[in-house]
Amino acid sequence: MMEGSGALDLVLSGDPALYAIVRLSLVVSLSAVAVAALIGLPLGGLIALTRFRGRAGAIVLLNAMMGLPPVVVGLAVFLLLSRSGPLGSWGLLFTPTAMVMAQAVLITPIIAALTRQAVEDMWSEYRDELTAMGVGPLQRLLTLLYDARIALVTVLLAGFGRAAAEVGAVMIVGGNINGFTRVMTTAIALETSKGDLPLAMGLGLILIAIVFAINASAWALRLYAERRIG
Amino acid sequence: MSDLPVTLSHVSYAVGATPILRDLDLTVRSGAPTFIIGPNGSGKSTLLRLIMGLIAPTSGAIDWNGTRDPAPRRRAIVFQQPVMLRRSVAANLIFALDQAGLEKSLQDKRCADLLALVGLGDLADRPARRLSGGERQKLAFARALARSPELLILDEPTASLDPSATLALEQLIGKAAGEGIKILMASHDLGQVRRLAGDVVFLHRGRILESASTQAFFEQPRTAQGSAFVRGDLITED
Repeated sequence: MMEGSGALDLVLSGDPALYAIVRLSLVVSLSAVAVAALIGLPLGGLIALTRFRGRAGAIVLLNAMMGLPPVVVGLAVFLLLSRSGPLGSWGLLFTPTAMVMAQAVLITPIIAALTRQAVEDMWSEYRDELTAMGVGPLQRLLTLLYDARIALVTVLLAGFGRAAAEVGAVMIVGGNINGFTRVMTTAIALETSKGDLPLAMGLGLILIAIVFAINASAWALRLYAERRIG
Repeated sequence: MSDLPVTLSHVSYAVGATPILRDLDLTVRSGAPTFIIGPNGSGKSTLLRLIMGLIAPTSGAIDWNGTRDPAPRRRAIVFQQPVMLRRSVAANLIFALDQAGLEKSLQDKRCADLLALVGLGDLADRPARRLSGGERQKLAFARALARSPELLILDEPTASLDPSATLALEQLIGKAAGEGIKILMASHDLGQVRRLAGDVVFLHRGRILESASTQAFFEQPRTAQGSAFVRGDLITED
């Protein structure tokens, strides 16, 4: 109970260190969503619309990769970026950029797999009309991504939720450096193990509130769009 | 580049082991509206989809004025249940005009003209998927006209419409035919066939049993199945 009210005080007091952590969390996860969307949306659409050898295997692989363990992704990106790794000369390990990279790797399969499903469903509905209008392959992809836009907002949200909630990948490649790479989830893990439960709980509350607020606004957007677009 | 005449030679179409169309020979030329008639399940929709180029025959060949490339040039189709893009009425039509290759600067004007023609001028900004069945069919018709077709294929476009929406669409079809667009339409509404058709192709169980002018077919059908169909009887024999 005391710890609970301590957490609330901390949230309400507007502690600058706390808000720096929150801000970095948002910047890292939203950047990861942007990168993953840039790759995952066209990739998913492409797999939905093309037929190639090994396509079924690719889809199974993509779906399976939705469940990649964050620590494993973190480890892989760590090895890539560590000083003796192939990208070691970039000097990115233990920077926010490395965290964005790790989260993007984690959620690109989620966005690509869910996009593939959404676009393929829509293609089965649109196929005849678009073929009859003589729509070419590239235009077909763009049309379906655009017309699936409401479903794709939910897809991006699923990616964001996964990125914002994970701790393993950002912990390994970011290092949880105070004031530089510390985000909400790594701070919660650290403060809990140190025994500073009020701070851990305060951060936990904020994390949940942010995820809730983003989902609520996406839901409102979806309702509005469905009424407008049908 | 013209799409007419369309010539089908020895065209068969099967789904797995089930034959849908068997060894059809048919030529579609410009002229009065041709109606594909026959009971449900006779293969009307499949025949239209073949002629549109949406599916390929299992055997036989289709020739569109000298080419076997199924990419549509000057032909368009209106489905029984047209799919509206998830955008406004005007955006649906602009999309079709764009795909038909109309210059951007001319699209707005042509869009407004077509919407006025089909009577959807007031609904331009409405989401297309919120339209009524009759309004959707009018928009689908406008989208088809956006391709400036020589051959306009219609697959029972009025099957799920009320009489006033049916009348509105029939008037549009008649008008298009009057402007020289070849109409190829499937229907099992005999009244509609009498109102609109110049000649008919009678399809039964995947075969063409009769091909005649509308008047000749209704006055003197040459087959037992044709007579039964004209009388309005259910045909169950082969």
